[in-house]
Amino acid sequence: MARRPEGPPPPPVVARIRVRFAKRGRLRFLSHRDIARAIERGLRRAGVPMAYSAGFSPHPRISWVGAAPTGAASEAEYVEFGLAAAVDPEWLRSALDAALPPGLDVLDAVLVPGSSTVGSSGSGPGSDGAGPAGTRMSGSGSLAERIDASRWWIRLPGVGEPALSAAVAELLGRDEVVVERATKDGRRRFDVRPAVVLAVCRAENGTCAILELVARHTTPAVRPDDVLTALYVVAGLRLSAPPEPIRLDQGRLLDDGTLADPLAPDRNDAGRLVGRSSA
Amino acid sequence: MSGQSLFARLEPLLPRVRRPVQYVGGEGNSVVKPWESAAVRWCLMYPDAYEVGLPNQGLQILYEILNERPDVLAERTYSVWPDLEALLREHDLPQFTVDAHRAVGDFDLFGVSFSTELGYTNLLTALDLAGIGLHADQRGEDAPLVVAGGHAAFNPEPIADFVDAVVLGDGEEAVLGITDVVRDWKATGRPGGRRELLVRLARRRLVYVPAFFDVTYRADGRIEQVRANRTDIPARPSKHTLSDLDSWPYPKAPLVPLAETVHERMSVEIFRGCTRGCRFCQAGMITRPVRERNIETVGAMVDAGLRATGFNEVGLLSLSSADHTEIGRIATGLADRYADSRVSLSLPSTRVDAFNVTLANEFSRNGRRSGLTFAPEGGSERLRKVINKMVSAEDLVRTVSTAYAHGWRQVKLYFMCGLPTETDEDVLEIAELARQVIRAGRVASGHRDIRCTVSIGGFVPKPHTPFQWVGQASHELTDARLKLLRDTVRADREIARAVGFRYHDGRPGIIEGLLARGDRRVGAVIERVWRDGGRFDGWSEHFSFDRWSNACAAELEPLGISLGWFTTREREEREVLPWDHLDAGLDRDWLWADWQEALRGTELDDCRWTPCYDCGVCPTMGTDTQIGPTGRTLLPIVGVGSGAPA
Repeated sequence: MARRPEGPPPPPVVARIRVRFAKRGRLRFLSHRDIARAIERGLRRAGVPMAYSAGFSPHPRISWVGAAPTGAASEAEYVEFGLAAAVDPEWLRSALDAALPPGLDVLDAVLVPGSSTVGSSGSGPGSDGAGPAGTRMSGSGSLAERIDASRWWIRLPGVGEPALSAAVAELLGRDEVVVERATKDGRRRFDVRPAVVLAVCRAENGTCAILELVARHTTPAVRPDDVLTALYVVAGLRLSAPPEPIRLDQGRLLDDGTLADPLAPDRNDAGRLVGRSSA
Repeated sequence: MSGQSLFARLEPLLPRVRRPVQYVGGEGNSVVKPWESAAVRWCLMYPDAYEVGLPNQGLQILYEILNERPDVLAERTYSVWPDLEALLREHDLPQFTVDAHRAVGDFDLFGVSFSTELGYTNLLTALDLAGIGLHADQRGEDAPLVVAGGHAAFNPEPIADFVDAVVLGDGEEAVLGITDVVRDWKATGRPGGRRELLVRLARRRLVYVPAFFDVTYRADGRIEQVRANRTDIPARPSKHTLSDLDSWPYPKAPLVPLAETVHERMSVEIFRGCTRGCRFCQAGMITRPVRERNIETVGAMVDAGLRATGFNEVGLLSLSSADHTEIGRIATGLADRYADSRVSLSLPSTRVDAFNVTLANEFSRNGRRSGLTFAPEGGSERLRKVINKMVSAEDLVRTVSTAYAHGWRQVKLYFMCGLPTETDEDVLEIAELARQVIRAGRVASGHRDIRCTVSIGGFVPKPHTPFQWVGQASHELTDARLKLLRDTVRADREIARAVGFRYHDGRPGIIEGLLARGDRRVGAVIERVWRDGGRFDGWSEHFSFDRWSNACAAELEPLGISLGWFTTREREEREVLPWDHLDAGLDRDWLWADWQEALRGTELDDCRWTPCYDCGVCPTMGTDTQIGPTGRTLLPIVGVGSGAPA
């Protein structure tokens, strides 16, 4: 006889909060699964009123967008939480940050406009102030829709800037650079070149170059390691030490090569929302 | 300078190894103290991979107790996988702690906890990587004191050459006592060097020091005697027993790993010890008597632990959790308390009775009822009397019927193969039990689609048990019996599809048997295996039986003994056993008498609810069974699930 979970279905999502977080220092070795577990535990420790899926194994409503690879640090990871009660985004940011280990640092949190029936300021869990229906607004696109590129800062210890510049010039001059990477489904070959939007070389000092890279999110995703493999393929650039990539930004690629902050539309809409509510 | 972080040198190696996150530390509730702030510094090790070692309760308890002392510092280290071991050697880096990435060789004490004997080769890897001499008698004055503990340390003779001292039994008070002695010795300028320190520790009955005991052998290879070689220490080192577990509610803030580990949950030990008297069970013999934590402490530990960790699963641990005198009220109380939260509760107990199903139902009121595990251990009624596992086939059928009727979809049955006096027929009765279970389950659940998994482990005789004298079944015999059983189940069309069958190759069990009942001469075998590349012997992909049997041939046969001599040979009553000079409280004559009772198939009741049967532990150790019911209640908690401001 099949059992069904007893009781009413779990409470619906009444608000959504989007968060930007960093993985820094030694925690750059966390995989996406490690981060997901740490954040779920952090949310419970912080007492964030998460909404859950139904069924025998309810899962918190968490939507992830493209995680930085294991070993890469990041200043710009994004995640969206579906909440069972509205909370102040700044409260969530600081409470979650305090509940996570140093190195997983919550940098920003915004309420998705229209996702909540209450204003974004001053409400903690337990606030049940349902706002007027007129304050509902549609959010302008999912996080994934607002992110199509990353900006990377890749330290290359042991590499001189002239060698890097020469290799990058060679790469940018090609129409196609095919590399191979081992994936869980075996070895995969793909073209790196279309993903490379911008590549700027700098010297930290005589023995350490820096590659600043803007890369489009393609399928399969082109990672910093793949671009470095491409530099080896086109120009024989060899690394004597592991590269140290940091993702600085994610967002929509603009014509000038910069990235639009994916949380800005929510922040701006929230500003208008608050402005209108208080008018 | 001592105590420096090695992380800057380690970090460039990490992208080159599998799962580097296991080496970075930074776990929730981990502690890093300034090196100079501590008068005594402990490095604690669980000698297996991080994913297995981190959840270990014993290590977490000692880590927290030591770090609570302001002038004590404790860090942790785990076995590094061969990929990182090779890189550490190539780059001349030592075994390091995960907390502050300090060199293990910089600490005052190196405490290693052995749950299983198969970790011995990993001890040697760690010592060697740490730059600590493999043999205790080769160590310099500045080397850490290497202290072994854990259940396997109740016969530490196979590793006697490699350790300086051994703690028997509960570690909580022992590590604090050791710390005090080390602090005073250091503060007074280390008088007499490490030898004097070991004498002080032994004299205070804190540790067993193998170097203070000499072993002599008879011409036939058996031990003649084991005797202390000095008169100023106790002739018979004894185990530590913690009383009043309610005063020791550790771990209070369990470690929250960043890497994935084998147990992703918070564990609360609801009692320690077991007097069910299963004759094969070393844990049940060496951890006596039963000492319960009361319902109030358990409730407070669950609450505090969940708040401190963010875990959403709680396991109530012990050797037989359904036996806690207040378990019904604990189960109902916790199920009520967490009914509206996403916290799940589990009781990893395997007692075969309907009450156990009731408890499991409480713990899964609103969750998935996937599988329940029961452990009849022996296939036939006769064999279960031999091992003192008082379960009848009717009990089992009634219990699983209850489980299937309450929506549990799968029942797992755990058995052992190779038990004393076992015959082919005893093992084949497992198939008959499975058939009865499936039939009863189909009736109780009302449909045919039910599963029963039969899981079988090879029996390994252990020290300080009534079976310490028996000849272990050879792996050929065990494997043949299991093949016979599997073929019988597969040939039975009524149940073939409904019964899953899991068992392991019998050969690792033989090596576990060697290490469990070995004496000091086995140390050379361990060292040879390690030098030949033996690592992670608890992992089937790393274990090599040939490596062990070759090392036994090389090291033991010149002495007229062998792998078989240590494993499949039955011992006589008066033979001096390698661990006889170590006191677990159990009366040797009682153990022998209980072994004879086993051969007669005579069962023995639990002394918690029948009169004392004189196993010897309580009078020898000055302890008493500490059980409820206490009449206390689960205290209400405030502010569950939300620490947010209004």
